[in-house]
Amino acid sequence: MSTEPTPSPAPAVPLGRIPTKLRLTIDRQAMPERDAGARSRSFDEVNLGFDAQVALLEAQRCLLCKQAHCVKGCPVGVDIPAFVGKVAEGDLAGAADHLLACNALPGVTGRVCPQETQCEGQCPRGATLRGVAGQPVGIGYLERYVADWAAGNRTEVPPPPTPSGRRVAVVGSGPAGLTAAGELVKRGHEVTVFEAFHEPGGVLVYGIPEFRLPKQIVRQEVDRLVAQGVRIECNAVVGRTYTLPELRAEHDAVFVAVGAGLPVFMDVPGEHLKGVYSANEYLTRVNLMGAWLPDGETPVLTGRRVAVVGGGNVAMDAVRTARRLGAEEAVIVYRRSREELPARLEEVHHAEAEGVRLEFLTAPVQVVGDADGWVTGLECHRMELGEPDASGRRRPVPVPGSQVVLPCDTVVVAIGTRANPLLTSTAPDLRLDRRGYIETDADGHSSMPGVFAGGDIVRGAATVILAMGDGKRVSAAIDAYLTTGLTTGLTTGLTTGLTTGPATA
Amino acid sequence: MIGPGDLRLCQTLPAPRRLADVNTVRDKARLSPNVTRLVVEAPRIAQVRRPGQFVIVRRGPGAERIPLTITDVDVAAGTITLVVQAVGKSTHDLVELAVGDAITDVAGPLGHPTDLLEAGHAVCVGGGVGTAVIWPIAQALAAAGVRVTSVIGGRSAEWVILERELASVGDVVVCTDDGSRGRQGFVTAALDDVCRGGPVDRVYAVGPVPMMRACAEVTRPLAIPTVVSLNSIMLDGTGMCGGCRVSIDGGSRYACVDGPEFDGHAVDFDVLADRLTTYRSFEQAALERRLATLEA
Repeated sequence: MSTEPTPSPAPAVPLGRIPTKLRLTIDRQAMPERDAGARSRSFDEVNLGFDAQVALLEAQRCLLCKQAHCVKGCPVGVDIPAFVGKVAEGDLAGAADHLLACNALPGVTGRVCPQETQCEGQCPRGATLRGVAGQPVGIGYLERYVADWAAGNRTEVPPPPTPSGRRVAVVGSGPAGLTAAGELVKRGHEVTVFEAFHEPGGVLVYGIPEFRLPKQIVRQEVDRLVAQGVRIECNAVVGRTYTLPELRAEHDAVFVAVGAGLPVFMDVPGEHLKGVYSANEYLTRVNLMGAWLPDGETPVLTGRRVAVVGGGNVAMDAVRTARRLGAEEAVIVYRRSREELPARLEEVHHAEAEGVRLEFLTAPVQVVGDADGWVTGLECHRMELGEPDASGRRRPVPVPGSQVVLPCDTVVVAIGTRANPLLTSTAPDLRLDRRGYIETDADGHSSMPGVFAGGDIVRGAATVILAMGDGKRVSAAIDAYLTTGLTTGLTTGLTTGLTTGPATA
Repeated sequence: MIGPGDLRLCQTLPAPRRLADVNTVRDKARLSPNVTRLVVEAPRIAQVRRPGQFVIVRRGPGAERIPLTITDVDVAAGTITLVVQAVGKSTHDLVELAVGDAITDVAGPLGHPTDLLEAGHAVCVGGGVGTAVIWPIAQALAAAGVRVTSVIGGRSAEWVILERELASVGDVVVCTDDGSRGRQGFVTAALDDVCRGGPVDRVYAVGPVPMMRACAEVTRPLAIPTVVSLNSIMLDGTGMCGGCRVSIDGGSRYACVDGPEFDGHAVDFDVLADRLTTYRSFEQAALERRLATLEA
């Protein structure tokens, strides 16, 4: 927790009435955090959130610049100056209205978005002036503050729009699917979301851990969508319970947002040993199935020494989870160096503060086990960086004779995911790329008329906010399609793909 | 451009489906000392399921997801039949459901349907509760005109299940360890006799891992294609977690989406048997806690 005393904010007034000079003197407010030692053993949320005074002060830092660069940096186009301005005026209801109008899941994005590369990355207050690095407005922190206020205080449902008479199926209730469902229901369409698991939320409930995104927050966001008229059918495995052509026949349009749910393993000897998990399995056991809860009936191996292979956000989630499950030693094993880590810097800092060790330039060659089939170690090569590869990063090459065995009893493989063929294999008319992802035009329209797609099943493993951006953009295209019946793109042979490329891992 | 004519209006579409089927237990019967049959309302699954497929059920909040083969369906009644062997806490909880109770979650049908022999003679081998997995296969084979011989086994007479049902689709050889019903000994010996007694085109064998392994070893020298159904530990059943991975011909496959049925001669049964022990200590502890609660 920040120990600096919080200065008193100016009274809550429209930002324009506070001189810019005065606003420029306010420092960025720190997010209060649970103490690293205590939190490394607790699933309670790490970030504690702003109080009213701190939120007011942070909002008063906004310069209300005319170009609103921050909005351009936001994949879902949140009207940031509008909601931040309302916070500065002390009008939280107004702030919530602005926020909820453009973002179906603000409690989620306020917690898990990489704001530093998006809205806050564009904020002029973050610019370096006369050699002094600036501090952008804490947009993400304010978004979280307003979303949490709205969850507790904004229970009334907006009046239902005029029904359009059109029916849309959304496949998958992750960030892309929920966002699209919220947008489409606002436009009067009848929306049914099909979810394979027993609980809606997709990666928000099975992947992202409680200490980063409490499940209660996801439930609140889902409940709000249901109150607005979105219907959610759980235990519906599209590709098995229903096929895509069947859903298409029964709806005016379908949005496929099933994610990239097929784990990638290392393909090294020993991966069948007991104690080797995919990150998907490890995190699902703990998050969705509640293995960490006293009354959770699903078991998970709580290793004393856990090695997590990979350097992305999922790897950080897994390794921090391992600490909380009681691991004395939780180690990230990454084949490149610190500079190439794809995880958010904040996640890496949090992990290190919680006692996680990082082994850089280390690549597994096999999992070692005992006679009873339990993992006892991870045999690795030490690496050095060679020439740049296709991704532009220097390729790690093994140092001859550098084998080491890292002793461990649990190995979590977090090196990415691929397209899951369960749905696509039952839709022969759906055009896929060679890796099995769905091909779409810039509007997310696939090769099947009326079938749209977005999120990881189109772009490959990326982020929550990019998937939400797809959900928002593609739902606008679906709305246009439902309203006019007109379409361009793949169905007419024009292939451009979704506008933002996949994140590299 | 696609014209407005392509856009189908809702009025022309079928009525919306029922949102969430309530999976009510409609009937229940004890088949052996630890095997129970549950008939559960699940109209959509009953309608689209094919032999060999399974469901994943979660009894209620906090409960585990457990995979169970769909033993039978009644499309008109909208029900599926599940046969549950009570071994751990979750399965004990499940078989304690009464008629009229609901199972919170039933997802499926999952997995590939059985690759059914099209003509000839098939031998269906069932060990213990595995007989409940064999029954829908035998039924479908017989319906397709394939000659079916069933070889089923149990510790003693009271542990043999579905004998009458299987007898309705072909010959049945019953084996018990103590000879209290049918011939004394393991199903493998009976399988060997049937295979040597006349042409057999395919064997389907489902039961405990050692039984499936032994059946595969009986048929390997005779070069009879042998299908086994693998019950590895599953979570989602959609290929998402990889926990059910099994070793087939040296490669890794997922029982939930690539199976559950595989070529018995290609399966690494050691890996399967070993991975099935992963949570043994947890299962033991959960069962002991459950007993303690019951006694309290």
